[in-house]
Amino acid sequence: MAIAFYILAFLSILGGVLMVTRKNPLSSAFSLILSLVAVAGLFAMLLAEFIFILQILVYAGAIMVLVIFTIMLLNLKREEIRETPVGKFQVVFLIIVCAACAFGFIEIFSDIPAADVATAEDFGSIEQVGRLMLGDYLFPFEVISVLLLVAIVGVVLLAKRVI
Amino acid sequence: MGEVTIQHYLSLSAILFFIGVYGVLFRRNLIIMFMSIELMLNAVNLSFVTFARYSATMDGHVIAFFVMALAAAEAGIGLAILVMVFRNRTTVQADDLTLMRD
Repeated sequence: MAIAFYILAFLSILGGVLMVTRKNPLSSAFSLILSLVAVAGLFAMLLAEFIFILQILVYAGAIMVLVIFTIMLLNLKREEIRETPVGKFQVVFLIIVCAACAFGFIEIFSDIPAADVATAEDFGSIEQVGRLMLGDYLFPFEVISVLLLVAIVGVVLLAKRVI
Repeated sequence: MGEVTIQHYLSLSAILFFIGVYGVLFRRNLIIMFMSIELMLNAVNLSFVTFARYSATMDGHVIAFFVMALAAAEAGIGLAILVMVFRNRTTVQADDLTLMRD
């Protein structure tokens, strides 16, 4: 299991780093897909079956298709893409904060029993998550559906030339 | 290599989050800034699912699902705004959009 974790972690970080460093938005989008699929693998390792499926379907599927579609629709010329150079000091500062956070997590949660926590047979299955979602979390679930409806109306209003 | 623990997952989540922070702070291309926000949301999801796994409750999965729905709504709205900005100004560089500053 450890080797799978390190491979997936490496791929997700690689995808993320490529995403923020590529000049061309299209290569960024494909790097982000690599990162998202690797994180989906981590979800599977964490026994989150339902979230794993959603990650592939919604994130790596629907959202990224929308992003790539928009990038191709805009069809940017090479000279339209420029970047202001990034100061070394800022990058070093960010890396220090990131390392502090990562090691901070290791310290803060060092007393949690980290080894395999026993879980039920059907932990993370669609049925169990569905019961929770339509039971305890019924109200947030309905609010999310209203949010999506508002988003749909908003997108139509924004993208229409003449209303 | 040793055993994979909760700290490994949380550290990875922090690293991914800060890669996203780098993208939002230092890139000037609106599309890449937008994708960096997606990466940050995804890193937070990883934290939620990790805590769900190591506390043997599934509430984290439900919240991760809500974050995904939120990300989908945000993707739709964000890209519509992007298309509209490009239509009006023919640019996706954040530096060129100075209407509110001038």
